[in-house]
Amino acid sequence: MEAPDVAAKAQPGQFLIVVPHAKGERVPLTICGYDRKKGTVSFAFHEVGKTTKELACFNEGDCLLNVTGPLGNPSEIKKFGKVLCVGGSIMIAPLLLQVKALKEAGNRVTTVLGCRSKEFLFMQKEAEALSDKVYIASDDGTIGYKGLDFLKELLKKEKFDRCVVLGPVVMMRDVSEITKPYKIPTIVTLTPIMIDGMGMCGVCRVTVGGKMQFGCVDGPEFDGHQTDFEELIRRQRTMLPEERVGSLLWETSGGCKCGRNKA
Amino acid sequence: MAETKPKPKLNKKAVEMNKQEPKVRAKNFNEVALGYTEEQAQEEASRCLQCPKPQCVTGCPVEVPIPQFIKCIREKKYAEGIAIIKSKNALPAVCGRVCPQETQCQSKCVIGKMGDPVSIGRLERYLADWEREHGFQLPPKAKPTGKKVAIVGAGPAGLTAAADLVKLGHEVTIFEALHVGGGVLFYGIPEFRLPKAIVQNEVEYVQKLGVELRLGNLIGRTHTIPELMKNGYDAVFIGSGAGLPQFTGCPGENLGGIYSANEFLIRVNLMKSYAFPEYDTPIRIGKHVVVIGGGNVAMDCARCSMRLGAEVCLLYRRSRDELPARHEEIENAEEEGLVCKFLAAPVEFYGDEKGWVKSMKCICMELGAPDEKGRRSVKPIPGSEFTMDVDTVIIAIGQTPNPIIQRTTAGLESNPKHGTINVNEVGKTSLEGVYAGGDVATGAATVISAMGAGKRAAKAIHEYLMSKK
Ligand SMILES: Cc1cc2nc3c(=O)[nH]c(=O)nc-3n(C[C@H](O)[C@H](O)[C@H](O)COP(=O)(O)OP(=O)(O)OC[C@H]3O[C@@H](n4cnc5c(N)ncnc54)[C@H](O)[C@@H]3O)c2cc1C
Ligand SMILES: Cc1cc2nc3c(=O)[nH]c(=O)nc-3n(C[C@H](O)[C@H](O)[C@H](O)COP(=O)(O)OP(=O)(O)OC[C@H]3O[C@@H](n4cnc5c(N)ncnc54)[C@H](O)[C@@H]3O)c2cc1C
Ligand code: SF4
Ligand code: FES
Repeated sequence: MEAPDVAAKAQPGQFLIVVPHAKGERVPLTICGYDRKKGTVSFAFHEVGKTTKELACFNEGDCLLNVTGPLGNPSEIKKFGKVLCVGGSIMIAPLLLQVKALKEAGNRVTTVLGCRSKEFLFMQKEAEALSDKVYIASDDGTIGYKGLDFLKELLKKEKFDRCVVLGPVVMMRDVSEITKPYKIPTIVTLTPIMIDGMGMCGVCRVTVGGKMQFGCVDGPEFDGHQTDFEELIRRQRTMLPEERVGSLLWETSGGCKCGRNKA
Repeated sequence: MAETKPKPKLNKKAVEMNKQEPKVRAKNFNEVALGYTEEQAQEEASRCLQCPKPQCVTGCPVEVPIPQFIKCIREKKYAEGIAIIKSKNALPAVCGRVCPQETQCQSKCVIGKMGDPVSIGRLERYLADWEREHGFQLPPKAKPTGKKVAIVGAGPAGLTAAADLVKLGHEVTIFEALHVGGGVLFYGIPEFRLPKAIVQNEVEYVQKLGVELRLGNLIGRTHTIPELMKNGYDAVFIGSGAGLPQFTGCPGENLGGIYSANEFLIRVNLMKSYAFPEYDTPIRIGKHVVVIGGGNVAMDCARCSMRLGAEVCLLYRRSRDELPARHEEIENAEEEGLVCKFLAAPVEFYGDEKGWVKSMKCICMELGAPDEKGRRSVKPIPGSEFTMDVDTVIIAIGQTPNPIIQRTTAGLESNPKHGTINVNEVGKTSLEGVYAGGDVATGAATVISAMGAGKRAAKAIHEYLMSKK
């Protein structure tokens, strides 16, 4: 996607907000890559609801109404030593941007790719090229380890100086619990519901270390050992019935009307 | 054209403005006040005494030449009238609708001593609406100066500063973080008080003057102020408003169904969730809504909630006399069915098993002695707690400036307590070439005071740029 202003400043860990059209939502998406010379940024998303399904209908050359970013604080990238990077589902794409940066900063990086089952695994080759070691895990065991329990064994054998997790909230919670006994600083990228993404509305509030924080401006990265994941999961679900309605109505009324936003 | 002579006998009553009926308007988002007809405007204009030393002008933060434009209405020289207003005020259609005239120009009008003051705001609105129907006239532009100015934020402060600076021949770019311009005028003040088409019109007018508007640019992230200064801008004006919502800190505040006023208004106004699912952003509102607060923002949240079908109770910790909202808006809201509960404050929120708010505990308050500013203190009455059932809570207890700019601009001094940027009387900050004004410098205030600050800063920036070689 072309967005020279965003590309010029983007760093790993940041996100952008996309507004597809004048009646659309503002959706936050994590930056997966950027080319400062070409002025492009890339992102990857799951088709979970109306807006992401609509986005999937955009073709090359189509114009989005607006893109704002980069938003949020960049990841802390420096030499930590041995870093464990865990990515789940679509968030593997932005994780690899961090893997690359961490590697360039002189770290030894072990990457874990998690997916629901075999057919959902992607970017394995890229991960292998960028990391020192790659493990694969799936929820149903169709590929690699079954579940994330193998991490417990891994941590018994190997010492890590830092852990970075990007993925579904439940996964970030589970990994944080696994690393906690070993006191490995664990950084999670929280994805609360957001609207403006710049500290205006407070819908993205999360509780970290007992304090209210705004996901968009104080994060999106937080200390996984201090995060109240249960509250986050509840807050993410607050608009679920309306979202289902929106998505269903859209599909039954013909779904994708590609072309209306043609540049 | 013959001059219509002022009526010899003074009519003490102002000409009323037509409004939608309370029962009807409480169910729609269309504008409540319908504006004067030409006859009504003529009649109201004829009440003005054309004072040689007009007091009204002293009450106007941007010194609009009030009797002069009223005279134009009397003489049906509408184009001339609007030009007179626009010489001082770039956004008359907005100010005519939302300015608190009762505490500004109209409070000073001499007729006010004998009866109703002249309805200056309604006449201003009449001319602005006339112009919108008859097409804009662009004022002449000065010779290009070759200087570039960056404006942060397209709210009233930024738009005013931009309009003044571009008229003086500077090259002006506004950087706005949201995907539309207008600031609070667009995302905060609801459609039924200030139609968004009007805001868009005013923003387009400023663009037609030659100002470049760049949306989706969050200063502090997309660019920083030092970067702007390095990349060819000779001066910067910060008009980024006070957009950071305050919360109560009561337990249970992160339950579902508890919105900050900003979240609620952004959903409803900016993202138009009242028209969900035509528009994609949803809003969920139950039957019983409690709005906490007592300012204009709280009134707007309450009135939007009623339009979405809820019964609304306003919870305010002081009494009716201390309500900071505009008098007219309180009256409108009560006509539409608002119930107010005074001298009460929230203590804790309780949720259901799905994490949605279902009730709240409150405590009664009592008023104490006034402080040095004349505002009465309040304290809770021990043992007076009570509980009520709620489906939705909206917290409208104030906003402070967003700290992103302050955090990313080394050397920019701000007030550690309120987060406001420190400025002198013309808006100069601690950094050379950087000016600020509006809510970001004063804390949440009014549209017209933000515009006044934009004007003063524009003048100061112009002098600064022209004195630099
Ligand atoms: C900082 C951040 C980074 C993100 N990065 C990515 C990414 O790289 N790839 C990706 O696929 N998804 C990402 N998400 C999640 C993505 O924004 C949501 O999936 C998207 O908004 C869903 O929109 P929808 O209309 O398609 O679905 P909807 O039908 O509206 O909602 C489906 C689900 O998405 C969540 N959601 C809805 N609206 C929002 C919102 N405005 N903000 C956050 N979550 C929401 C809800 O929990 C809901 O359960 C990110 C979210 C955040 C906050
Ligand atoms: C609900 C509500 C009702 C009100 N009712 C009235 C009323 O009836 N009468 C009245 O006189 N006043 C009223 N006010 C107050 C009035 O709207 C404000 O005082 C006025 O809008 C302040 O203008 P401003 O230009 O300083 O800031 P704003 O209007 O807040 O505009 C600031 C703009 O800057 C943008 N911005 C912020 N940070 C950045 C950044 N880092 N980079 C780029 N852009 C940025 C914001 O997105 C916004 O568009 C009301 C306010 C609210 C919230
Ligand atoms: S003070 Fe009142 S009567 Fe006098 S000029 Fe102003 S509006 Fe007219
Ligand atoms: S998304 Fe609105 S404050 Fe974070």
